[in-house]
Amino acid sequence: MHIKVENLVYKYMPGTPFEHIAVDDVSFEIKKGEFVGLIGHTGSGKSTLIQHLNGLIKPWSGKIFVDGVDISDKEVKLHELRFKVGIVFQYPEYQLFEETVKKDIMFGPKNMGLSDEEAEERAREAMNLVGLDHSLAEKSPFELSGGQKRRVAIAGVLAMQPEVLILDEPAAGLDPHGRNEILSRIEYMHKEKNMSIVLVSHSMEDIARMAKRVIVMKEGKIAAEGSVHDIFKKGESLKEINLDVPQIKRLTDELRRRGYDLPDDIYTVERAHEEILKLFEMEHHKV
Amino acid sequence: MIETKNLKFRYDEEKLGLVLDDINLTIKDGEFVAVLGHNGSGKSTFAKQLNAVLMPLGGSVCIDGIYTSDEKNLWDIRSKVGMVFQNPDNQIIASVVEEDVAFGPENLGIAPDEIRKRVDFALKAVDMEKHRGAAPHNLSGGQKQRISIAGIIAMMPKYIVLDEPTAMLDPKGRKEVMETIKFLNREHKITVILITHYMEEAAKADRVVVMEKGKVIVDDTPEMAFANVALLKDVGLDVPQVTDLMYRLRGSGINVHHNLLDEKACADEIVRALEEK
Repeated sequence: MHIKVENLVYKYMPGTPFEHIAVDDVSFEIKKGEFVGLIGHTGSGKSTLIQHLNGLIKPWSGKIFVDGVDISDKEVKLHELRFKVGIVFQYPEYQLFEETVKKDIMFGPKNMGLSDEEAEERAREAMNLVGLDHSLAEKSPFELSGGQKRRVAIAGVLAMQPEVLILDEPAAGLDPHGRNEILSRIEYMHKEKNMSIVLVSHSMEDIARMAKRVIVMKEGKIAAEGSVHDIFKKGESLKEINLDVPQIKRLTDELRRRGYDLPDDIYTVERAHEEILKLFEMEHHKV
Repeated sequence: MIETKNLKFRYDEEKLGLVLDDINLTIKDGEFVAVLGHNGSGKSTFAKQLNAVLMPLGGSVCIDGIYTSDEKNLWDIRSKVGMVFQNPDNQIIASVVEEDVAFGPENLGIAPDEIRKRVDFALKAVDMEKHRGAAPHNLSGGQKQRISIAGIIAMMPKYIVLDEPTAMLDPKGRKEVMETIKFLNREHKITVILITHYMEEAAKADRVVVMEKGKVIVDDTPEMAFANVALLKDVGLDVPQVTDLMYRLRGSGINVHHNLLDEKACADEIVRALEEK
């Protein structure tokens, strides 16, 4: 599935004194099987933008094409689009409502018109995908831990088998263990199920590690777009818009400034460890 | 002074076992204590014990000599210990910033001109005077969280307990809130208990308490607490990237200190080791 956004504008409360342009002339594409990171300060328009991608809100102007079809076309059945483009909102566990975990996950597939048996099968698969033990299926979602609830909510979206999965801060508020679990599941769905992923996050470390392409938003506009390296090599300009580069990159940049010969694209601890060890092995480590 | 003695607590479900298991801690006036632990370690439950949202099942919690277990002390306890929670949107109730900050003191039955003074003071303390007339929903996450803190300050508590106040904020919002907390502690001598799972935030405290399975497993200065990277990783805590790197370098036989938390200090240490080689 291919998504193309052209000159999208969205205004809150247009025509009133409170008018506010949340998305301001934004154009981009998401190709099939891509992993895109979406970053930007609070209030930069990320959440408003992603709600357009499955027709939850309608653009004030501009167009959105999904596989070449303009989704504002009256012929387009929006609820079918929503099965294909799944959005996991911030704190999705607040949206759990059913009596049991299984019923909650089956809610989406049943709305798609699937039979009970098919929906149950989908729920089972989705639980596998997010790594939820089947013994939890009959429990109330409200008895589970925070990380488990979060996974139930994500499973509810996955059970519709979307082709594009958009996640708004899926790891916010989780501890490192819960965070690693959720993030490694997202990587798995991307790699094994070839799902396109749009990951919205404030964690530059997570974005640098996982995304292939990064879109940076600032005050409703796209401020920059490119590979992880294109984006994070411009550390200073990210700071100006309340963002930052991963901490490990700041350390290696500091060492580079002091004259040590290190590559300028180190974003993970593993890679930094490897490269710094090389310095210790070299006779002359200064450039 | 806050003192917990053999504090024990569990929620209704027997099978879950103790959420707080024999906690003995003394927090002195003016201290800035960070409580670290992963989800489910008991740290939020501990926080709620400090202003009698929850009561001990065994042992005691004593604030300036008053026990939280006695219901008639509730009012006193809550006016001494203020709490700030994770989500600023759940803590703001008025449609104008200064009205929101005034809500707490109004409820305490304080005279109008005194409320005025306190609101001014509180907004100044969190550096939000400029936004006194703003509508909270137009503010950023970090600004909203500072308004929540101002609402607590206006009640002039001696102690502030913050339960993951930065979890929902972007890097800038996080920095603003941490600076505010540090400022309140340093300039206004408010005792701060910060519940977090970010080591970078805990590093700003005078003292770090690490909780795991309802017990206190570390109670030390940040430098000493963070020296044991392996233990912290084991209990599922977030170790800053640079601390993790130093730990790994040490594991590879490089002679560097590994209880460093910020990139400048780590750069200095790596340079020192390279020069020494």
